[in-house]
Amino acid sequence: MYKLRLIPDNTAYPFMKGRVIGLAVSAFLSVVSVILFFYPGLNYGIDFKGGIVIEARLQQPADFPALRGLIGNLDLGHAALQQFGSPNDVLIRLERQGTEDAAAQRAADKVRATLTQAYPGTEIRRVEAVGASVSEGLFRDGMLAMGLALVAMLIYIWFRFEWQFGIGAIVTLVLDVTKTIGFYVITDIQFNLVAIAAVLTIMGFSVNDKVVVYDRVRENLRKYKSLPLRALIDKSINETLNRTVNTSLTVFLSTIPLALFGGEAVSEFAIVLLFGIVLATSSSIFIAAPILLFLGENRLRRGQPADQPEAKAAAQRP
Amino acid sequence: MMYFAPWKIALIALACLASVIFSIPSFFPAATVATWPNWLPKRQVSLGLDLRGGAHLLLEVDTSVVLRERLEAIVEGARTELRQARIGYTNLGVSGSNSVTLRLRDATQTEQARQLLIKLALPVQSTAGIGFGAAQTDMEVNATPDGQIRMTLSEAALLERARNAVTQSIEIVRRRIDQTGVSEPTIQRQGADRILVQLPGVDDPERIKRLLGTTAKLTFRMVDVGADPNAPAPPGSEILEGDGSQGRAERYVVKRKVEVAGDNLVDAQAGYDQRGGQPVVNFRFDTIGGKRFAEITQQAVGQPFAIVLDNKVLSAPVIREPILGGSGQISGNFTVAGANDLAVLLRAGALPAPLKVVEERTVGPDLGEDSIRAGLISIAVAAGLVVVYMVLAYGLFGLFADVALLVNLVMTLAAMSLLQATLTLPGIAGLLLTLGMSVDANVLINERIREETKLGKSPMAAMSAGFSRAFSTIFDANVTTLIKMALLYALGSGTVKGFAVTISIGILTSMFTATVLVRLMMVTWLRQRRPTLLPV
Repeated sequence: MYKLRLIPDNTAYPFMKGRVIGLAVSAFLSVVSVILFFYPGLNYGIDFKGGIVIEARLQQPADFPALRGLIGNLDLGHAALQQFGSPNDVLIRLERQGTEDAAAQRAADKVRATLTQAYPGTEIRRVEAVGASVSEGLFRDGMLAMGLALVAMLIYIWFRFEWQFGIGAIVTLVLDVTKTIGFYVITDIQFNLVAIAAVLTIMGFSVNDKVVVYDRVRENLRKYKSLPLRALIDKSINETLNRTVNTSLTVFLSTIPLALFGGEAVSEFAIVLLFGIVLATSSSIFIAAPILLFLGENRLRRGQPADQPEAKAAAQRP
Repeated sequence: MMYFAPWKIALIALACLASVIFSIPSFFPAATVATWPNWLPKRQVSLGLDLRGGAHLLLEVDTSVVLRERLEAIVEGARTELRQARIGYTNLGVSGSNSVTLRLRDATQTEQARQLLIKLALPVQSTAGIGFGAAQTDMEVNATPDGQIRMTLSEAALLERARNAVTQSIEIVRRRIDQTGVSEPTIQRQGADRILVQLPGVDDPERIKRLLGTTAKLTFRMVDVGADPNAPAPPGSEILEGDGSQGRAERYVVKRKVEVAGDNLVDAQAGYDQRGGQPVVNFRFDTIGGKRFAEITQQAVGQPFAIVLDNKVLSAPVIREPILGGSGQISGNFTVAGANDLAVLLRAGALPAPLKVVEERTVGPDLGEDSIRAGLISIAVAAGLVVVYMVLAYGLFGLFADVALLVNLVMTLAAMSLLQATLTLPGIAGLLLTLGMSVDANVLINERIREETKLGKSPMAAMSAGFSRAFSTIFDANVTTLIKMALLYALGSGTVKGFAVTISIGILTSMFTATVLVRLMMVTWLRQRRPTLLPV
């Protein structure tokens, strides 16, 4: 029976040769992302900035100049109107209405009333109005979730592997997360609660991938006592290459339909995930492994202090 | 590892069968499921507001009002006490955020005044307190020898008071919403002073927001007939405006003293006035309220009294005859809906503090349906792609993984129905990701089996090694994901929580389907076919 093998067996790509370039490129992209984060900055959604989003379906194709005039007259600050799906659908975004929480609510009611009055039969499909202090709370919690996730991953990997693996995984995660943020800035996709879910999911993929490669490195450390670490890491990556590609591919395949048919909000989420899958796969090979090589060059091998518990563990195996 | 006792096989089969049975109701409309006989499972996956349509409102209780009211009560209490004891004072008033100060004219009366004022303190039922002995009170009275007195509310008492206000508010909100006939509302406390209200199926929450935005403090008070509404109010009275329903500005001088309050109502119904046919609200007092009302109306025939709602005078009718039956009628310039809403508010009771809406998310039913359709299409296409890819990449073993994948999908659905977890739009995304992630385990296992086979192991040994070696990796990968989803659930809000829940359930069930179920399929196949070489 024919089997699809995207990666031939017994590959021996010398990935570690490219370790300096890999790390340098990654660090560069992350630095650029951090700069982008400060300037021009993320396009925060109303979850994190406060404000109003109203999605309306008119009876007839929307007359945008007239609508802009109508909403502009309400004196609610800058209003962004955008066509959304069919020509009858309008998406109205209003910025944060001062510091008072209830102001967002009043503004939303005003827009809703104005729309249904000017265009009878208008269907208000969605209203979201988030007050200023609510959005600050959501933002704080979102950032906290990301921070705690990083710490939890560090602790977990540290607990399951040696510390070099923990550091390697976390540095890679930080690089991945910064690039994801950079992706948000470049694509101008709204950064909101769903984005936090996306970032956490990407962190999940990334750690999963690292766990697979690291698991194999650890196993090979026991198996090949005299192989230099560099060759050993290359060997481990090559051995797990098929798995890395295949799992990334299955998740990629299951996310594509979401990007295509998921509808506005979800498809943005899916696009970020697709980016993240590629990112996480490449970082396992080009970032996480080289860091391990740099940190463990003299420590993870025989005769070095860090190796002793390893040797003991190996000796206990039947 | 590679042997399954018959009872184990039976258990696995039972688990799969049970998931299929419990997931069935979710594939039918709720109306159809309702007609099924009771012995069939009926629990469906509950859809989030973003999928079924509805309103999500986050309300904030303005607890500062509760504090202000308490301080004002202390000012009034101090005035009455000192006046009765004939102790002279100046500068009585609220000072700072939590205290009331005054200065005695005669400093020698300080101790006497202190004894009187300390009676104004209220006992605190501290839930956190472990001390018994001296009862805790909410106020401290400090006096300096020169006659300066400061009454300070304690921090703990203020917190307690605020907390009670929120608890009471939740109860009132629940009663008001129940009165509107919204089905399956969710009302829960969030944080210190917020209330989350979720109303499925409500796509225009205007009326509910109006109902919740009204404090509905109803009082019956005498009108101060001698006073001029356009001059400053005499002590003990205040100037209140009408509710504007007459179409002109009205001002009334109303005594501060509350004769009967809305707490004493037992019922309120909208109705029509016997004579003019105007919408009115008929109400009935409880025994105490009825007695009070009878006394007042007996004493004050011919005088006007004011029906005051949230500091606005609804009407100020003249008492024509004593009202002894304990019931009455509020006539204002109501519309039918207005009278109905007022009746609802009066039945449900007054809020201890004003509420304001700080977050609203409303989704119309059509948009929800569109989202469900988009989600279903995505799931079908994604499942198709993954299933085909797995067969292409791993042949028969890929097919086993595919079966496990579909069982996992069904199992996740069943678990969500049983746990009454909510499926949201991000949750559908989570379901899709679980599709991709659960075959991850099978990819790992299959790759491992393949390697072991290459090393020359027998099919059985290769398979056994494949499962046991891959397991720690699968476990690590899933635990890290679960940790992150737990964080997202704890710190995220609304629909994003649904994402965390769906992925977590999907991952837990995939631990069963991707390892145990697939292993059973492989072992069974192996025993029947006895191949010399594994088809990986």
